[in-house]
Amino acid sequence: MPLWTLFGLLNGNATTAWPHGGDDGQNGLLGMPRFAPERCAAGCEECAAVCPTAAIGVDRDRSGAERLSVDYGRCVVCQLCVEACPGDAAMPSHDWAFGTRDRSDLQLDGPRAERKTQAASRRDFRRSLHIRHIDAGSCNGCESELQALNNPFYNLHRFGIFFTPSPRFADLLLVTGPVTYAMRDPLLRAYEAMPEPRWVMAVGTCAVSGGMSGGSYACGNGLEGVLPVDIYLPGCPPNPAAIIEALLMFLDRAPQRVKGGRFVE
Amino acid sequence: MNVVSIKPEQLIESTARLIADGGRMQMAYAWYPEPGELELRYVASQANNPEFLVWRCRPKGPVPSLTATTPLLGWYEREISDLFGQQFVGQPEPYSLVLHPGAAPILPPLDPSYPASMPMPYVAKDGGIPDVESPDVQRLPFGPARADVVESAELIFFYVGERILYFHPQLFFKHRGMEKRFEGRSLTGAVVLAERVSGVGSFSHALAFCQAVEQAAGCAVPRRAQLLRTLLAELERLYNHLHYLGHLAHTTTLKVGEADGKLLEERAKQINARLTGSRFLRSLLVPGGLRRDLDPQLWFGEALEELRKDAATYTAMLESTNSHLDRLLTTGVLNEKVALDQGATGPIERASGLDRDLRRDHPYGAYAELPLAVPIETSGDAHARSQVRIAEIEASIALIERILLLLTDGPVYVECVGVPNSEGLGWAESPRGSLFYAVHFDAAGKIARVKIKSPSFSNWRVFPFTVHDSNMMDYAINEASFGLTVAGCDR
Ligand code: SF4
Ligand code: SF4
Repeated sequence: MPLWTLFGLLNGNATTAWPHGGDDGQNGLLGMPRFAPERCAAGCEECAAVCPTAAIGVDRDRSGAERLSVDYGRCVVCQLCVEACPGDAAMPSHDWAFGTRDRSDLQLDGPRAERKTQAASRRDFRRSLHIRHIDAGSCNGCESELQALNNPFYNLHRFGIFFTPSPRFADLLLVTGPVTYAMRDPLLRAYEAMPEPRWVMAVGTCAVSGGMSGGSYACGNGLEGVLPVDIYLPGCPPNPAAIIEALLMFLDRAPQRVKGGRFVE
Repeated sequence: MNVVSIKPEQLIESTARLIADGGRMQMAYAWYPEPGELELRYVASQANNPEFLVWRCRPKGPVPSLTATTPLLGWYEREISDLFGQQFVGQPEPYSLVLHPGAAPILPPLDPSYPASMPMPYVAKDGGIPDVESPDVQRLPFGPARADVVESAELIFFYVGERILYFHPQLFFKHRGMEKRFEGRSLTGAVVLAERVSGVGSFSHALAFCQAVEQAAGCAVPRRAQLLRTLLAELERLYNHLHYLGHLAHTTTLKVGEADGKLLEERAKQINARLTGSRFLRSLLVPGGLRRDLDPQLWFGEALEELRKDAATYTAMLESTNSHLDRLLTTGVLNEKVALDQGATGPIERASGLDRDLRRDHPYGAYAELPLAVPIETSGDAHARSQVRIAEIEASIALIERILLLLTDGPVYVECVGVPNSEGLGWAESPRGSLFYAVHFDAAGKIARVKIKSPSFSNWRVFPFTVHDSNMMDYAINEASFGLTVAGCDR
């Protein structure tokens, strides 16, 4: 064992200083596509045609003019739209911090969100937060990134955020997956067992809207119609830094980056 | 792929002959070539023959179960019963498998006339688990939501004191009906779907799917794309095996060993992202090659070399830590016979003395032209399973370094479209073992059926044999030493 201690010491501190400066670890990572609908060619629906989750639509407004609609809550970050766009209306980006309090903030130029009022009661948790995770039918990609939160690079504990095995000690229910028929009851039981006040976070596009697997004979569309959601974090999967940002945002320790489906630097 | 028609009454005898000749069943599945016409498929490997043998069999009613002589087929038959309603006479475990007791679809859900988005009615109920009468035997159900961040599965132990008498993993809580979701999808959309069957196997799944389509369409992927695909497949093995070692050290309570393994995994994922834009190597594959070219520049070779050195030091440390080794040696022994009969795959079978690897025995991508070391251990315990993975880490990096030397400029894509009424079989030796995709196209060239055989489906079937009659204390270590995923198994 002393050998391991020495080994650990020689390796030094591997934890990033991020978000207070430092490396976020996401060099090169492709995030949600950015859209500039004003650059769309008339009649072009290439991106909507390739999108595997129908996150993109081309609607017509009352005057008959075409209008691009994008729902980032459905986006699985597959980049097909970016490749299909014949111009530069759909562009690749590194925008991955997509945690929001309101579902409508994930819709491009969607209806203005009414600010939820729970921020004040959440303040009690600003220093420490306990999370119960429930896998409601993920592909395990989201779990892989949640497990990474405790590796020495991200070291989630430094934020006073912990995973707990018991729903009874949890403030936040963190759900992944599209909610399969067999996981619906265990999920609801975990929620019922939590003391109030309690909050729910949908992690990954599956949990937000069903993603690639939602709406089959065996699963629903994520938490839609199952539990009230306090934080939405689409991404497929959201990377560990994105999960940390969303948790800090929930604790009012970081700003929400996405408003009306647009990423604010 | 050699497709042969076979009559239901020939199944038992033909299987006996296949096995006597050194062949091995790889999977069985069903599909509807025409409405109302069910067809069973049995896919087998043959001794010293890279070509797979496929039997097609049109049942006119119940068919004989092959499980008694070929136990590894047991789960496939039960799955076909659940999803297609086909009966197997003499199936020794005649319970539902993929669908939980209490699921009541109006039709078998993979019948094409079952509507794609109609949820099954479901009221949870018990079933398929042995009753125990002795008051001394305790029944401990654990899950499906377990502690920490792990995948959902219910583990049911029947035990006396520390001793586990019987172990039943209740899986398929995560069954999402993924195979049905392929039907009618565009090829590019289907790749996105394949990438999401098992997240930590995203690349292998997409690769096996693409190769099945390429076989069906008869398209030849350009060499540069083949080399890059092979490189990426090895990057997938690398981050998975590093994760495995970190997690295994967690179960033996070797804290620094855990932290260090997970840090190495993180470095590997960051290399993935920098090279491809995705930590899980997603959004690159397409039938016909790659969606875009990659440029593994100098930084990549350097980062890999750094990782190689640090991983070597790390694994040498693990292998010389007595407290860690003590917990692994003789834990969860899987003997060669059980491994073969029950269908163990990947590092699990290779740790039990079975010298099989799809990359060498049924080459794909660029493996035929690469020197491939296939490490084998024979003791079949948790230590052997970790030794195989340690050796594979080194071998993966050696392969990648070799590929970097072989890469020359060239195209990375040829057009590849679905051919009407065609079919293809694709496979990959994923980090966890053999992965198969069978893809069938309909008369319009649309996807009619996709069957996915994931390595964890095979290894979960095998795992309980190492748990019955073992100790509670060793359970977590043994489970970690198998390196199973639930998503891939459940689909
Ligand atoms: S990146 Fe998102 S919006 Fe674009 S095609 Fe993929 S899922 Fe649809
Ligand atoms: S959101 Fe994506 S990564 Fe997460 S569980 Fe769903 S498919 Fe997997």
